[in-house]
Amino acid sequence: MATGHEAAAPNAGEYVVHHLTQLNTSGHAQTSIIDFSVINLDTVFFSILMGAIGLFLMMRVVKGVTSGVPGRGQAALEILIEMVANQAKSIVHSEQSRKFVAPLALTVFVWVFLMNSMDFLPVDLLPWIWQHLTGNPHAFLRVVPTADLNGTLGMSVSVLLLCFWYNIKVKGLGGWVHELFTAPFGNHPLLYLPNFLMQMIEFLAKTVSHGMRLFGNMYAGELLFMLIALMGAAYGGSAGLTGPLLWVGQVIAGTGWALFHIFIVVLQAFIFMMLTLVYIGQAHEGH
Amino acid sequence: MNLNATLVAQIVVFFILAWFTMKFVWPPIMKALDERATKIADGLAAAERGKQSLDLAAKRSAETVREGKEKVAEVLAQADKRALQIIEAAKVQAKLEADKIFAGEKAEIEQEAARIKESLRERVAELAVAGAEKILRREVDIKAHAEMLASIKQDL
Repeated sequence: MATGHEAAAPNAGEYVVHHLTQLNTSGHAQTSIIDFSVINLDTVFFSILMGAIGLFLMMRVVKGVTSGVPGRGQAALEILIEMVANQAKSIVHSEQSRKFVAPLALTVFVWVFLMNSMDFLPVDLLPWIWQHLTGNPHAFLRVVPTADLNGTLGMSVSVLLLCFWYNIKVKGLGGWVHELFTAPFGNHPLLYLPNFLMQMIEFLAKTVSHGMRLFGNMYAGELLFMLIALMGAAYGGSAGLTGPLLWVGQVIAGTGWALFHIFIVVLQAFIFMMLTLVYIGQAHEGH
Repeated sequence: MNLNATLVAQIVVFFILAWFTMKFVWPPIMKALDERATKIADGLAAAERGKQSLDLAAKRSAETVREGKEKVAEVLAQADKRALQIIEAAKVQAKLEADKIFAGEKAEIEQEAARIKESLRERVAELAVAGAEKILRREVDIKAHAEMLASIKQDL
């Protein structure tokens, strides 16, 4: 089916790869796996945008907050805050810490939820607008910050830093170092090294799984939206009934996956918040 | 799936957002929630107090009604007693008065009777004298009288 028409349009692989390439400061796809001279402008932009929208919405409620009969917006935010506050209370047993940890959990939930929600926009909409704005038909843009490993690992590393902070704050630097070498296996000189290695593995596993879980879900979701979009894109190039059927397939699969994705978006935001609380809660408890 | 400085940027954004929420979003809402909880607790307590005072008032009014009834009964009993007393006293008084009147009447009647008796006695005496005079006037026998008078003269 190689026609002249198809030569201009990207094939399926090119389409997906193009969509999964970040808009970064280097101007082209990042070549090495780790390169700290590069920043993904799209991820940073949409992260801040979503954070700002979340804070803006909450601030709008806060401006008109009343202890009397609450409006709908306030009632909604109160439900959310009560939920987060109850979870925080049951997981983090230090009132002093909760003053920061509970609002942090709320931020994480709202922020991750909004960033995940970027997936609900049609996969090609914002990239298409961006390509027309810049006049560059090959301009890269990824709109879901949580489908960028940097975004999710950035948050999970933040949680890791908070775990370090609370470990030191609660147990003292000496107490924490002592725990690093004597737990979980016991206080014996021979066990110091295994203990320490175990602790390091624990921290690494927590952080990586924390970030990777969200990233994996959103990345897979995004990828699936692209594949579904490709079904419709193949409409013109297919003979006979295949084209219309592919189009119908896109509608059905797109609808189904979008509906299911609503669930994933909320669930992953909730899981990320809960794990944040759990990890910080663990930092408060001695082994 | 490449790592780069976006990660660091995300960390910075993360803490700024969390700080903002902690500073400006969380406290006012929590304050409102706590205040409302206090208000509701106060309202419930007030309702409870109202109910208690209502109970108390009901009890007190029942008490008052009962006391009033008792007092009424007492007053009625007293009134009955007093009426009996008055009647008794009136009876005694009436009897006393009646006796007094009766005694006065009796004395008067006795006096009258005595007066009538007296006058009757006088009449009887007059009648006796008049009768005696008539009898005497018919029975006078000058001869015999003259003899009697003569004998009286003789005795003189």
